[in-house]
Amino acid sequence: MREMLQVLDIQQLTMDFGGLRAIDGVDLEVRQGEIVALIGPNGAGKTTFFNCVTGVYEPTGGRMTVRPPGKNVAVRLNRLKPNIITEHGLARTFQNIRLFQNMTVLENVMVARHCRTRSGILGAIFKNAGNRREEQEIVDFSYGLLEKVGLQMHVNDLARELPYGAQRRLEIARALATEPFLLLLDEPAAGMNPRETSELDALITRIRDDEGVSILLIEHDMKLVMSISQRIYVMDYGRLIAQGTPKEIAENPNVIKAYLGETFDA
Amino acid sequence: MKAQSLPFIRRAASEIFQSLLVSCWFMFLTFPIMVIKVNPLERTIDWQWMRLVWIGLAVFPLSFVWRWLMKRKEHGGGQDGEDSWQKRLGEKIRADRKIYTALLAILAVFVAAFPFMFSSYQTQIMISALMYVMLGLGLNIVVGLAGLLDLGYVAFYAVGAYSYALLNHHFGLGFWPALPLGAGLAAVCGILLGFPVLRLRGDYLAIVTLGFGEIIRLVLENWNAFSFGPSGIAGISRPWFFGADLSLGQHTVFLYFIVLILVGFTILVVNRLRNSRIGRAWIALREDEVACQAMGIDKTRTKLTAFALGATWAGFVGCVFAAKTTFINPASFTFMESAIILSIVVLGGMGSIIGVIVGAMVLILLPEYLRAFSEYRMLVFGASMVLIMVFRPQGIIVGVRQHYRFGRKESTEEQGERDAASA
Amino acid sequence: MDYFLELFFGGLTRGSIYALIALGYTMVYGIIELINFAHGEIYMIGAFTALIAASALSLLGLNGPALLILAGLIAVIYSAAYGYTIEKVAYKPLRKAQRLSPLISAIGMSIFLQNYVLLAQTSDFLSFPTLVDEFAFMEPVSHIMRSSELLIVATTLVSTVLLTLFIKFSRMGKAMRATAQDKTMAMLLGININRVISVTFIIGSGLAAIGGVLISNHIGQINFYIGFIAGIKAFTAAVLGGIGSVPGAVLGGLILGWTESFATGYVSSDYEDVFAFGLLVFILIFRPAGILGRSTKDKV
Repeated sequence: MREMLQVLDIQQLTMDFGGLRAIDGVDLEVRQGEIVALIGPNGAGKTTFFNCVTGVYEPTGGRMTVRPPGKNVAVRLNRLKPNIITEHGLARTFQNIRLFQNMTVLENVMVARHCRTRSGILGAIFKNAGNRREEQEIVDFSYGLLEKVGLQMHVNDLARELPYGAQRRLEIARALATEPFLLLLDEPAAGMNPRETSELDALITRIRDDEGVSILLIEHDMKLVMSISQRIYVMDYGRLIAQGTPKEIAENPNVIKAYLGETFDA
Repeated sequence: MKAQSLPFIRRAASEIFQSLLVSCWFMFLTFPIMVIKVNPLERTIDWQWMRLVWIGLAVFPLSFVWRWLMKRKEHGGGQDGEDSWQKRLGEKIRADRKIYTALLAILAVFVAAFPFMFSSYQTQIMISALMYVMLGLGLNIVVGLAGLLDLGYVAFYAVGAYSYALLNHHFGLGFWPALPLGAGLAAVCGILLGFPVLRLRGDYLAIVTLGFGEIIRLVLENWNAFSFGPSGIAGISRPWFFGADLSLGQHTVFLYFIVLILVGFTILVVNRLRNSRIGRAWIALREDEVACQAMGIDKTRTKLTAFALGATWAGFVGCVFAAKTTFINPASFTFMESAIILSIVVLGGMGSIIGVIVGAMVLILLPEYLRAFSEYRMLVFGASMVLIMVFRPQGIIVGVRQHYRFGRKESTEEQGERDAASA
Repeated sequence: MDYFLELFFGGLTRGSIYALIALGYTMVYGIIELINFAHGEIYMIGAFTALIAASALSLLGLNGPALLILAGLIAVIYSAAYGYTIEKVAYKPLRKAQRLSPLISAIGMSIFLQNYVLLAQTSDFLSFPTLVDEFAFMEPVSHIMRSSELLIVATTLVSTVLLTLFIKFSRMGKAMRATAQDKTMAMLLGININRVISVTFIIGSGLAAIGGVLISNHIGQINFYIGFIAGIKAFTAAVLGGIGSVPGAVLGGLILGWTESFATGYVSSDYEDVFAFGLLVFILIFRPAGILGRSTKDKV
């Protein structure tokens, strides 16, 4: 097995809201090709963690760095705007689905090609050969992604008309269209039925294997988390209380006490 | 039989009672302002009791209609139904290329023949309506596509008009070179204003743009040395036509075609933009700012392009306006003008090109031809803005998104073009 | 010095009026986050109703301060009724709509009301009858402050104090504060949101009407358009002080009043409105949360 390179490195991340400390000195890393889960009870600070990493919030303290694979550089994420972070190769989905409701499914994905394409206003107006080609590439690329997540029959439907599970998959396709090397999934299985969840399980693994994208996900569905992740971080009250392989986490008395207790048996 | 009809009668009675109540309430509400008319000169009072009766009689049935529409809206069934007949009609026209081309050809012939079929006066009115189509389409980029509520749009219109008027007055510059210059200046103003204010949340942005619009107007009114104050600028040259010495009527026809071509250009541009990389970014921004940024789109820059492009169009039309009237003063650029353009966009359907055209035609032509009602024009505008927002926020015509075909490897490009054109 | 004092009291008077109108903006915004664009029109309708009532009642032989108070009372009742009705017609059906929809509806309502008054009454200026003579005790200072100005400042002071007490201590006031904090939570606690919103509109509109009556009594003439400018300036005041904050509205009103008064007095009177709009643009760009407001973060 080849050396696992680090792609995301978070050190001592801290986030205060007024007097409230939502995240308290969290260290976390994701290595290339890994699927890592971040779990914890509601209000533990997981989504806030995502918001800090993706630039929605500006953290009060700590250091966030990404190392795009294949490039020998480290990019510090602190103080970067969300769109710049996406350009560097991080993409995310949202806990409460945030699709562009009145655009079609295909367009939702096409929007995400924005930062990988160039056409400007003049290009759009005069439609020269280069722009036509680029537009066609956007369409084809996006369609390919929709096939991958199994939404090709819905291309021309409006996003708001999709069933819930399909909306979650569309969010993943949309995030992938930005060509990330690290994908942050915020509760991708929320609201899905068991069958959809197992399909999602396969989809996430496939994304990792085919696209070489590393994945960090927040999830409450323990069965999913235990089956797909190589490593798990556990947060509670803004702190990291445990980390390790699924097996270690399942046996960790702290975790069982703070969080898993009853849910894990069920 | 009786057991069935009794609850029905009871319900009908309660509905009637409700409407009576509403009707009484409005009679009470409008009593002082409608009935007691103060005569300012003689300081006497005219009692207009008939008005009260009319209010009562009008409100009573309207309240039924209101409740019925409200119920339909809550169940959501009605709207979908309407959308679908519109959709079906649209699809039918689009699917049958023959009908589509035929309709387009008839329209083209009518539009081209218009100034020769109708009087110069009618043509003048049509020019105004077409100018509002352009203004509406320009504002549609800002409000309809990018979702930025701009209440000071008329400021950029004024910039365009004054650019041409002043350049013409001081340097004798003609219409043709002034057209791009005026548009460019308006764009620059748009960027200068947009840069600081586009960070603001939607409703604050609306108020700031309103304030900015008023500032421009007040400056034009008071800075006599620059803008000649309230008396305005007269004697602006009409567009040059290969040095020909045109009569007034010929000038009108010429101007009509200039505006017509500009409208055509505008439709082409807006249509192409809407289904382009930039256009999708605008719509995405309107739909969800946070998600949009997370998809790698620069929020400020995207907003700025929409704002500047909208301003550019206002600048274009401003130049045309100055050339049409040959006289401008600040009174043409009040907030009401912004409100009219906004209601064209809102009524027609935000984001829809055909909607805006229909909106402009209805709002500008109807009051012109129904002279008797023209004093009620703003009253109707205001009321319809409220009603549209309450009952049909998407406007008269719903914008249709571009459809793509896959599978059989036909030319998706051409298909897209065709779909988009009729949307 | 006298000139300075005259401007000072002139600014205080203007500021008080702005504050009275701004309170309505701020309360409504605090509860449903809507810029009630038609609020300036409520103020205008208040002024018109008072004028109409005064004209009609004077036929019955009423006169003087009693007439002013009676006409003012009628104006307050009617404005409150208008405010209540407008909310029910133009805003309530849009509670769940996109953010810009209620604002567009409010702009439409504002245009409608202006033209309603214009068509039902007149587009000319109407002169407001002089109902209150100069107070005798104001004689020595009458060159720097008129009696009607004193009336405005005093009434504003009393109204604001009463409003603050109402919001602080009454049951409804507490419900209003709870609703402003968290609408869903307030609803779960059994607060009738619709009633709270209605009361907010009624109180805000009543205050605007008081402002309308007092300024008409002071300036002596009104037309259908006075609400537009006054509304925008009062909104500026509300934003300046920090929208959503009651003391902020008063503070913002006063600052705006003084700014205008001194700027027109010492700089130029041509650009009176430019100062106000300039201040508005400036504040929104550099401190959108206002002086006493807190900045909020959007939830993700």
